[in-house]
Amino acid sequence: MLARVVVNSERCKGCQICCFTCPKNILQLSTETNSKGYNPVYVQFPQKCTGCALCALMCPDVALEVWK
Amino acid sequence: MAVQHEKRVFGYPSSLTDAPFHYCPGCTHGIAHRLVAEAIDDLRLKEHTVGVASVGCSVFTYNYFNCDMQQASHGRAPAVATGIKRVSPETIVFTYQGDGDLASIGTAEIIHAAARGENITVIFINNTNFGMTGGQMAPTTLPGQKTTTTPLGRDVKKAGYPLRVCELLSALDGPAYLARVSLHSPKEVLRAKKAIRKAFETQVAGAGFSLVEVLSTCPTNWGLPPKKALEYLRDEVAKYYPLGEFRDGPREVEACSTR
Amino acid sequence: MERKLMKGNEAVGEAAIAAGCRYFFGYPITPQNELPEYMARRLPEVGGTYLQAESEVSAINMVYGAAGAGARVMTSSSSPGISLKQEGLSYLAGAELPCVVVNMMRGGPGLGGIQPAQSDYFQATKGGGHGDYHLLVLAPAYVQELVDLVQEAFDLADKYRNPVMILGDGVLGQMMEPVAITKYIDPRDLPKKEWATTGASGRRPNLINSLYIDPVELAAHNRKLAAKYQRMCREEQRFQEYCLEDAETILVAYGVMARICRSVVDMARHSGLKWGLFRPISLYPFPGDALYDRAKEAGVRRVVTAELSCGQLIEDVRLALDGLVPTELLAYPGGLVPSPAEVFRQAKSERGALNGCSA
Repeated sequence: MLARVVVNSERCKGCQICCFTCPKNILQLSTETNSKGYNPVYVQFPQKCTGCALCALMCPDVALEVWK
Repeated sequence: MAVQHEKRVFGYPSSLTDAPFHYCPGCTHGIAHRLVAEAIDDLRLKEHTVGVASVGCSVFTYNYFNCDMQQASHGRAPAVATGIKRVSPETIVFTYQGDGDLASIGTAEIIHAAARGENITVIFINNTNFGMTGGQMAPTTLPGQKTTTTPLGRDVKKAGYPLRVCELLSALDGPAYLARVSLHSPKEVLRAKKAIRKAFETQVAGAGFSLVEVLSTCPTNWGLPPKKALEYLRDEVAKYYPLGEFRDGPREVEACSTR
Repeated sequence: MERKLMKGNEAVGEAAIAAGCRYFFGYPITPQNELPEYMARRLPEVGGTYLQAESEVSAINMVYGAAGAGARVMTSSSSPGISLKQEGLSYLAGAELPCVVVNMMRGGPGLGGIQPAQSDYFQATKGGGHGDYHLLVLAPAYVQELVDLVQEAFDLADKYRNPVMILGDGVLGQMMEPVAITKYIDPRDLPKKEWATTGASGRRPNLINSLYIDPVELAAHNRKLAAKYQRMCREEQRFQEYCLEDAETILVAYGVMARICRSVVDMARHSGLKWGLFRPISLYPFPGDALYDRAKEAGVRRVVTAELSCGQLIEDVRLALDGLVPTELLAYPGGLVPSPAEVFRQAKSERGALNGCSA
C-alpha cells in the first residue's frame, strides 16, 4: 500500500519531534530554510512510509498531512 | 490508478485558521490546539462555539481557533465564559488557559466556576512555569525545578508546594468531568484527544463543568531540546501530576429543606 | 401615569429591566445590597438571570462575557468594590463593550465607611483603571432621575459601545421617592449586535479583544477611542441650572449635594443674596462649556464648589473656568452630609477655608 507524508514547510519549525517519533526514521531536517528561518523537515525515504501518522499526531505545528 | 483511492488519514482540522502558531519549536501547545479543534470538528460545533483566550503564551489563541472568540484578562477566563454561557446557553463555551493564568491569579475564578457546575469546558495547559513572561515560577512548578525566579530550584520551604488542580477541584460537587492527560507520546496524545472530546461532550449533554488538565512541554524555558523536554514531561512532570480521570459524570447532591 | 414609591437601589433594578437588561452579576457590599437582592427576585420573573459572583473582579468579568455575547448587562457595587472592578472596566472600554455599572458611593479610602460620599469622582471620571479610556459617567440627584438615567445609560452604552457608570451615593440608593417607569423595552426588539460572539454561523468569526501587540495598531485603536470620547464631549454634556440668570455666586454641586445646594440657593435668595446653582448631570463628559458660559456673565463674582469629597469635582470646575473667576471649595468628606444651613453659613464666609482643603 502506498502512503505519503506531506510537509507544510512554512509551518514547520524543525523541532524534529516527528523525526524521532517515526518508527521507520524516514523524516530528516532539511538544509533549506523557510521564510521564518527554520530548517523544516522533509521525507528522506518516502518509499518506507506506512501511513501510521504518528509523526502528524505528535507535530506541534500541524505541519504534516498523511495520505494512504 | 492508486492515487484515485488515496485517502487523507491525517489532515488539518477546519476549526483551526491557517495562521501559523507563534509558539517556540517543539512546544506542545500546538498539539493541544489541534486536539481541541479536532473535538470541535468531530462534534460539529464550530458554528456554535465561543472560545475564551487567556493571558500568557496562549493569549493569541484567538488567531488560531476558527470560531467566535473573546480575549479575557489574566485569570478571569472562567468568569468571562460564565457571562457568555449565561446569555447563550445553547452555545458551546470553552476557555484555554495556562497554569500561570488558571492556577495562580485565576484560582478564585476556576474554583467557583467549577463549584457552580458552570456548563463550560476548560482546557488547562500545565507546563510548570510562566512561559510568556520568560519562565518564572508558577504554582505548578515542581519541587526543585529551576525557573528564573527559583534559580536554585524551587525550595518548598520558601516557595511552598505545587498546586494539583484536578485533585483540588475533585473535592467539589460541581464538576462533571475532570481529567489530567499528558502529551509526551503518541499513546498519551490519543488519550488526551479522547479526554478533550469527552469534556466537550459533557458540555453538549448539559451535564456541567468539565476540565482537562494537559501536561505540556516548555522546551525554551526548561532549557531542554524538544525530545528531552518530552522525556522530562514523562519522567518528572507526569510523575508529580498523576494522569487519569478524576471525575466522570455529574454528582447528585440533595438540597437541604428550606426554612 | 402610575407612580410608585421606590427605594433608589430598587428603582435602579426596575429601570434596568425596563431598559431590556436581563443579566445582572452581583456581589454584596453596603450600601447597594437592595439592588442585587431586587434583581435576584425580579430577573427570573422576566426570563433573566441573576448570578452572585465570587468577587467583584469576577462579576465585572462576567459582565464582559455577557456584553461580548450581545446582551444588555449590569453590575453594581460601592466604592471598595468598584476599585476591584477597575481592571475589568479598562478591558471593557478597550474591547468596546457596552454595559452599565452602578456605584453607590461610600466613604474611602480603604475600607472607609458606609456613609454616603462622593469621593470616587476621580476614579469614575479620570479612568480608574489603566490606559487611555473614559467611562461615560452620569450622576442623578433624584430617584426619578436615577430611573431615567439608568434607562438612558443602556442606550448610550450601545450607542458608543462603551461602559456607562451611574454614580450615585448612599443617600440616593437608600431614599424612597415616587417614580414612574413609562417605557418597557423587550430585549428581543433591540437591534442585533453584529459584532457579538454568538457562534459564527453563516458569517466570519467575531473577536472581542483589547490586545493590539503591534504599536501602530494600538495607536490607531487609541485614536479611535479618543475620537469616541471627543464625540461624547460634544454630544453628551448634561446639566441643570437653578436661579442662574442674575447670579453673583454660582454653586456647583452634583448628586445629593446638589439637592442640599438647591435649598442653600433658596435660603440665599430669601436673604437677598443673588446665588444660583449649576448641577452637572454628566460628570464625564463634564459640562464645562455651559459652566464657562454662565460664569462669563458680568455679575458673576465667584464659583463655589460643594462636594462630599476633599476637592475632586473642583478640579474640573477650575479646568472649565480656566481662571475666569475666583473659585472656592466646600468639602464634606467621610460621610458627613451637611445641612443646608451649614452650607449656607460656610458659603457666605468668603473662601470656605473652614474645611481645610480650600482653594
